[in-house]
Amino acid sequence: MKIAVIQFPGSNCDLDTLHVLRDVVRVDTDLVWHKDFRGQNYDAAILPGGFSYGDHLRAGIIAAYSPAMASIKKMADENKPILGICNGFQILVESSLLPGALLRNSCLKFVCKWTTLKVETESSAFTQLYKKGQNIRMPIAHNEGRYFVEEETLEELRRNDQVILRYVGENPNGAIDDIAGICNKERNIVGLMPHPERASEIILGSNDGKRMFESMLNWHK
Amino acid sequence: MKLAEVEVTLTKDEVKYARKYLRREPNTLEWAMIDAEWSEHCSYKSSKPYLKLLPTKGKRVILGPGYDSGVVDIGRGYVATVHVESHNHPSAIDPYGGAATGIGGVVRDILCMGTRPIAFLDSLRFGLINESPHSTWLFKNVVRGIADYGNCIGVPTVAGEVEFDESFEKNCLVDVIALGIGKKGDIVLARACQPGDSVILVGGSTGRDGIHGVTFASRVLTDKSEDDRSAVQIPDPFTKKLIMEATLEATSTGHVHGLKDLGGGGLTCGLSEMADKGNTGIEMSITKVHLRETGLTSTEIMISESQERMVFIVGDAHEREICDIFEKYEVPYRKIGKVIKERCIVVREREEELARLPTRFLANAPIIWRRMKRPKKQVSRKREPPENLSDILLKLLASPNIASKEWVYRQYDHEVGGRTVVKPGQGDAAVMRLPNGKFAAIKADGNARRCHIDPYAGAASCVAEACRNVVAVGAEPIAMLDHCQFGDPNNPEVFWMFVQTMKGISDACKKFNLPCIGGKVSFYNEDTETRTAIKPTPVIVVVGIIEKEKHITTSGFKEGDAVVVVGNTKRDLGGSEYYRLIKGFDKSPPSIDLRTEKRTLNTVLESTRRGYVRSCHDVSNGGLVVALAEMCMIGDVGASIDLRRLQNAKLEDDEFLFSESNSRFVVSTKKEEDLLKVFSRHRIPATKVGEVKGNRLEITTRNKHVSCTLEDMKQAYCKSIESLVE
Repeated sequence: MKIAVIQFPGSNCDLDTLHVLRDVVRVDTDLVWHKDFRGQNYDAAILPGGFSYGDHLRAGIIAAYSPAMASIKKMADENKPILGICNGFQILVESSLLPGALLRNSCLKFVCKWTTLKVETESSAFTQLYKKGQNIRMPIAHNEGRYFVEEETLEELRRNDQVILRYVGENPNGAIDDIAGICNKERNIVGLMPHPERASEIILGSNDGKRMFESMLNWHK
Repeated sequence: MKLAEVEVTLTKDEVKYARKYLRREPNTLEWAMIDAEWSEHCSYKSSKPYLKLLPTKGKRVILGPGYDSGVVDIGRGYVATVHVESHNHPSAIDPYGGAATGIGGVVRDILCMGTRPIAFLDSLRFGLINESPHSTWLFKNVVRGIADYGNCIGVPTVAGEVEFDESFEKNCLVDVIALGIGKKGDIVLARACQPGDSVILVGGSTGRDGIHGVTFASRVLTDKSEDDRSAVQIPDPFTKKLIMEATLEATSTGHVHGLKDLGGGGLTCGLSEMADKGNTGIEMSITKVHLRETGLTSTEIMISESQERMVFIVGDAHEREICDIFEKYEVPYRKIGKVIKERCIVVREREEELARLPTRFLANAPIIWRRMKRPKKQVSRKREPPENLSDILLKLLASPNIASKEWVYRQYDHEVGGRTVVKPGQGDAAVMRLPNGKFAAIKADGNARRCHIDPYAGAASCVAEACRNVVAVGAEPIAMLDHCQFGDPNNPEVFWMFVQTMKGISDACKKFNLPCIGGKVSFYNEDTETRTAIKPTPVIVVVGIIEKEKHITTSGFKEGDAVVVVGNTKRDLGGSEYYRLIKGFDKSPPSIDLRTEKRTLNTVLESTRRGYVRSCHDVSNGGLVVALAEMCMIGDVGASIDLRRLQNAKLEDDEFLFSESNSRFVVSTKKEEDLLKVFSRHRIPATKVGEVKGNRLEITTRNKHVSCTLEDMKQAYCKSIESLVE
């Protein structure tokens, strides 16, 4: 299995994600400049966190128009796992690969802190190895992480079991229904605001996030 | 054109010297270049002789002061680079942009050594936010500026300190520190050695921002300073991020011969300093510089401090390869000139020669020997000790100088990079994981009030405190940097304080075998409106190395541990947070015995390495009682403490509890006998005073009892700053 971590101008969690995949999860992974990305060469792709295009206009919107995203869409149609972390989630939403929007945090400030999250479903490419209802710890670090969808879509997300993670206790950004991560109907595209790559080694505070990457390896098994 | 037609800040003697050296009248452009390069900010013309007092050699030191950042060997083929910068003047009039470009500047200093920045620290000083809306405005926007810039370029801001004092009301101090890592073989120096090499300007376009930035920073602020807004540069972190990745990719090819960032003094300083270090000259064509706007004069182009620019020196053979990298990242670049044998900086506009100045002359301003005078001693003023010390503890915990800085560090991405092992609020210093299997600890410390009472002892204490913080997390201090900030050096009292400070730092470093690998001096931190200079403020940055993961120590108490106090408590209340609270004043400086300090540091480190220490915290602001309270809050557990055995008979209860004596730690341990043995062997006082338990902090002294619940302490400590600024 071969994974691509896509590097947009301004991505800044690309090397962290690459490190976790290569050195912790131990899977063959390439760091790919967005213009050079060809989806057919990979079995899964990760859109890392950061500030693609400096968050100009709106977080994630410019990267959503990168040719890499057409390739991502094709991969998704072939049921390959796609993960968007933080800015990657914003890009997936801006590309309409996932529903909803990520708005400015309700506290109007950047927030960096550890959060407790509840795994809401085992049925997605990135949560298969967790137990439903399990609490896990991962840090967040964002300015625009308040997930929002209109009532109708929210109902649909709930009905289809598309909410994969919810904040437990304090909701750090004002996200609707405490939503921290969602997946598409086909369950192979996942976007989340917390950073699993920052929670994959005990020395950094937790390794709860590592399972997310390991789940991805199991998707086709 | 004559001198009078150019806005210059040179002294009469400097003008005379320049004319005599050149044996002609320099033209407008040349005067402007000399003016920028000879500004205090770029040339260190007042401070240079005293900076030489500092020890700069050490077994790990690869490059000391004089380069863009200091370089130390951290083993297994890796080096760490460290630099400190301030952006005080710009931040005083545009706190958001000033602070952001401060970060932007310091990151370039790390980058241009060919190393990757892995952490920032910020050391900030403002007026009293509980009294002054102006200071609150500065504070909020400086923090936002650092957050927006640092977060965007993906370098974590992992530690820092904030001090509030009325002397910073108009002149806030915004110091930023960056730590970088790289391979020893990849280090690139800021020099142009090989005639014929190309000079390539990379990054942002050159505009009118930051014109006269260095001369603006080399005089006091006035009510006209608002008009100097154009002297503040415009931050562009996204471009910086691209430059960062492009630069690191370019230097990893091994074909970059020289590299320097353009900061203060712009192209003039960048080119002349590179040529001076390489014993060469540089010839450049002003029409090749890519501009942001039309109509810029040659003078403006040569001294503009537009951000996000780097100068690469590249050999002909690899020019294409390097430029391809800039194209990949869509970073603008232009070949603006070449390195020449003749030791001159030559500026051309097509065929016409606009300026020709000898490299050595331009890059080395004549030293100014300044007068100094010892200020009058202030008078001590003792206040009646308060009845209820529990109440005083809660007030101290809520004092902005002591209170948790969580409101600040929540806004900083302190995790990005996946290296932050000890995070803000967990220990006395930040601990970063390194690629060679070791860990770096880093901390910055300053204390303006103590330095104001006695700059010598105050500065030495700052070095000691920064070392204690690094030792507390389990690291051995390996190098330091100093950043000295003062008022107008034309004032003999200010200059006396500067020289005393340098002596204090230097004596401490020599005693601790701690080499200085870099630093900065910032004068003119005063304004004509309030007619006050800032209190003398050396900020000391100490870097340490932890060899093994198991030596990493945090400061939160662990339940069931024995609590041990290390060191002697004396009556050290001059400049203390307690005296500020009860409005007392003590003219006596903090006592500092450098030998005892050194032995204490070594002994604590030895105990940690032997595995006897489970939590460790240095005793500083607020004294013993605040140190104990912080350890309880961080560990989320109470403690029961009896200090009667420890209490010096000459000290009143309040003096004993709130004294800020140097050379002290609080540690907790499961192996108290082993731990006490180590201390007794080294003849360092260490006494078991209680144990970690429950959910209250209970402290008994000779005549008093302090008792606070965890809940009450947290309420005071954690919410204080947020409630003042939000």
